[in-house]
Amino acid sequence: MSDQNIGKPVPRKEGRAKVTGAARYVDDLAVPGMLYGVTVRSHVARGRISEIIFGDRIPWDEFTVVTARDIPGANAVALILNDQPYLADRIVNHAEEPILLLAHEDKYLLEEARRAVRVEIEPLPAVFSIEDSLAKKEIVWGEDNVFKSFLVEKGNVDEVWDSPGLVVVEGVYATGAQEQLYIETNGVIATASREEGVVVQGSMQCPYYVHKALVKLFDLPEDKVRVIQTETGGGFGGKEEYPSMIAGHAALLAWKSGRPVKMIYDRAEDMTATTKRHPSRTRHRTAVTRAGQLLGMEIDFVIDGGAYATLSAVVLSRGTIHAAGPYNCPNVRIRSRAVATNAPPHGAFRGFGAPQSIFALERHLDKVAAAVGLAPEELRRRNFISRGETTATGQVIREEVDMGALLDRAFELSDYHAKRERFSRENVGNKIKRGIGFASFMHGAGFTGSGEKYLQSVVGCEATAEGRVRVLAASTEIGQGTNTIFAQIAADALGLDYERVEVVRPDTASVPNSGPTVASRTCMIVGKLVESAALQLKQTLAGAGLLQEPYTAEEFERACREYIEKNGALKSFSQYRQPEGVEWDDEHYRGDAYGAYAWAVYVAEVSVDTLTYEARVEDFVAVQEVGRVIHPVLAAGQIEGGVAQGVGWTLYESVVWAGGRMANGQMTNYIIPTSADIPPIRVHFFENPYAGGPAGAKGIGELPMDGPAPAILNAVEHATGVRFDSVPLTPEAIMEALEGEAVKA
Amino acid sequence: MKRGDVSETPGEANETRLDAGRARGSADEERPGADAARGKVSVRCIVNGEAVVLHAYPLARLLDVLREELRLTGTKEGCGEGECGACSVILDGELVNSCLVPVAQVLGAEIKTVEGVADGERLHAVQQAMIECGGAQCGICTPGMVLAALSLLERNPRPTEADIREGLAGNLCRCTGYMKIFDAVVKAVASSQ
Ligand code: FES
Ligand code: FES
Repeated sequence: MSDQNIGKPVPRKEGRAKVTGAARYVDDLAVPGMLYGVTVRSHVARGRISEIIFGDRIPWDEFTVVTARDIPGANAVALILNDQPYLADRIVNHAEEPILLLAHEDKYLLEEARRAVRVEIEPLPAVFSIEDSLAKKEIVWGEDNVFKSFLVEKGNVDEVWDSPGLVVVEGVYATGAQEQLYIETNGVIATASREEGVVVQGSMQCPYYVHKALVKLFDLPEDKVRVIQTETGGGFGGKEEYPSMIAGHAALLAWKSGRPVKMIYDRAEDMTATTKRHPSRTRHRTAVTRAGQLLGMEIDFVIDGGAYATLSAVVLSRGTIHAAGPYNCPNVRIRSRAVATNAPPHGAFRGFGAPQSIFALERHLDKVAAAVGLAPEELRRRNFISRGETTATGQVIREEVDMGALLDRAFELSDYHAKRERFSRENVGNKIKRGIGFASFMHGAGFTGSGEKYLQSVVGCEATAEGRVRVLAASTEIGQGTNTIFAQIAADALGLDYERVEVVRPDTASVPNSGPTVASRTCMIVGKLVESAALQLKQTLAGAGLLQEPYTAEEFERACREYIEKNGALKSFSQYRQPEGVEWDDEHYRGDAYGAYAWAVYVAEVSVDTLTYEARVEDFVAVQEVGRVIHPVLAAGQIEGGVAQGVGWTLYESVVWAGGRMANGQMTNYIIPTSADIPPIRVHFFENPYAGGPAGAKGIGELPMDGPAPAILNAVEHATGVRFDSVPLTPEAIMEALEGEAVKA
Repeated sequence: MKRGDVSETPGEANETRLDAGRARGSADEERPGADAARGKVSVRCIVNGEAVVLHAYPLARLLDVLREELRLTGTKEGCGEGECGACSVILDGELVNSCLVPVAQVLGAEIKTVEGVADGERLHAVQQAMIECGGAQCGICTPGMVLAALSLLERNPRPTEADIREGLAGNLCRCTGYMKIFDAVVKAVASSQ
């Protein structure tokens, strides 16, 4: 293995196509004879469909109309529980639930037709909040509104509370929904017929999820379904499960009409009807000694899953495991539940439950520190986990972890101590209050527990007679740099130039299933498979007596040519095998939850204007240890992008709900940060190579979503002296709290 | 032909339906099933240095006409309501959101889209810097961002950091957190000195 490419800022593979406008996203493609498809959706949150009325003045005979009755296979999106229908039949369980599909070649006439369909629905009582769902105000799912619950136990927290000399601190924390808001909306093009099967191309993270869903929807053999990912304009989790829905819809219309069908959501539909980050509520009860040692943590974590189970169980799992953070506490109990409401199903979004539970913990620890009279960093330092100690699930940390060093570096880069002191002094009598705060946290890479073992991911490498190498994987490039890092990894494994390696477009007809592009697993888990598949290619050539180390590119090329002339193709495949000693007990939620964690300390500096009640982030420092950094520019880009989304979630992005519908489903009134809102973000990496990752890399993509919210709210408390325990923190919330303080004073 | 001079082009009813359609919201004037081509106009303008004649309904969005009639799909739709800048083009020297521009308005105008930024195979300094600095991740905002940067540098060849932030504030990027885009603009300035 060479070290020619890894760690270097090689040019992004598809960079040129992206800056010239040549990159083709799904809406840039047109197929001859293509129709457009649209969805007629429910306007009520829960009810019984009584009638569908097709309005006058529309030439309905020109349209393809699909209802639940037209579905050839199972009317359920295949995922975990398969409880979500493709098209509602008699009952709707959330607003914007799909009921009917229309296709026509004129997209403007189609839009008129969509508006001319009236669906009569008799409303049923609905549930819109975690509290009402838990209180079973109405049972809207299963027997008790609970999709899933977990219990994690370490030590015996019940015995802690009465110990003498303890301080007990309680708190309740909440987070709101957040729209992924990739700039390219969901879209697909489908062709389908009984003879030819179903082909879907589109914007997505997980081609094999879509494949599995279409197989069930059409009741077709696996080889009659083909899914191709087109250039994808952002995902962030929002294109993890949802593409199975839109792909199914377009394919149903194509199946019935016999014509290709393009379906592209407009922004409003994408915002109101597709998934968002799960809202959450977390209760903490913590026992701490006067010296600041954590003795017991009791955590109750609840997320709102919306109307169907979809991925909520897995989001809950990750949120649960991250709820006690990077601390060594002997007694922990985490009880968690994902509950049903009549909101559109919430789904995957970068961080996947962890940002919610980490927000609660890192806000709470500032409160705990204050209760025992310690500085927030001092409380953390006294409890940081280190090698040989165990997490809440009892996972023994086997790698070197130095949270203290990350904290030191983050404080140094942000000038934390001096600013903390100066702001406290200068804020008195100032209209603009300044503050600085931080959060420390970790994020597990890869699927939780035995997830990777069950996935059995496979990656292939293929060499051509010209000595070029192609990586075959279903892992998608969605902006994060999959094509580039896979090429770097394969090139270094083979000692070749980066330009010689190409990563093929994910197409289920030609790439093996390397698993979904989620959970910060692409670099660490799939990248490792790329590395070993590439190494096997070399071994095959060596085994055939055609190649000997060290070799030149020309020798490699000659070896490939000779091998291919003699044996046909030159391909190798590598399948995931769980590393030795990794144990996970699914029933008790104990053991090695993740192969590796990334560790981080983030510092936020804020200003709060006490006249306009506006909070701004003025400066941001992100220090993390992510194993070896494969590509410094892409890695920093992942952190900066994640921090920006975190800033959005904390201060700007407020989903306004009205009767279970998103009332502000437009970019005009759902505000994401612009270039004028984002502070300078300074990123620093500690590199500590992880043996289980390619060239020592760990996962990175989700980590930066975890830290900003608590760091910013800790800073706001420093600035204003007022505790805020929920996000988004809007100017209205600040006004209410500050005016409340003023009245008290 | 001068600006504001719109010519009718009847008799194009059999033109492919993929071309620019009726503008959204204008549907009420047209009864469904009516002659789809009724009311189409020819609009002469210059796109990326070439004289072209566009055939479209006067209220059709410039965005759709560029994408569907000229197949210049580098101009993207992110919101359709003037908020995201993914559809940015340079119209007579001004950066505009092409989703808000009715095609009748571009008569006689000069339009630059992302496809017209590079000089043949040679990338513009901004494009080159966007690649090198990591300013494009998923790339969907990138065409608009490149044009916004171009337009900024046109007006202000030596922008400060505050100028860059302000100059790009009409173009949303959900991937990068903007830092690498700022870097790219700074680098493009340096490389063209
Ligand atoms: S598509 Fe024109 S501004 Fe968003
Ligand atoms: S690079 Fe994805 S939106 Fe900007």
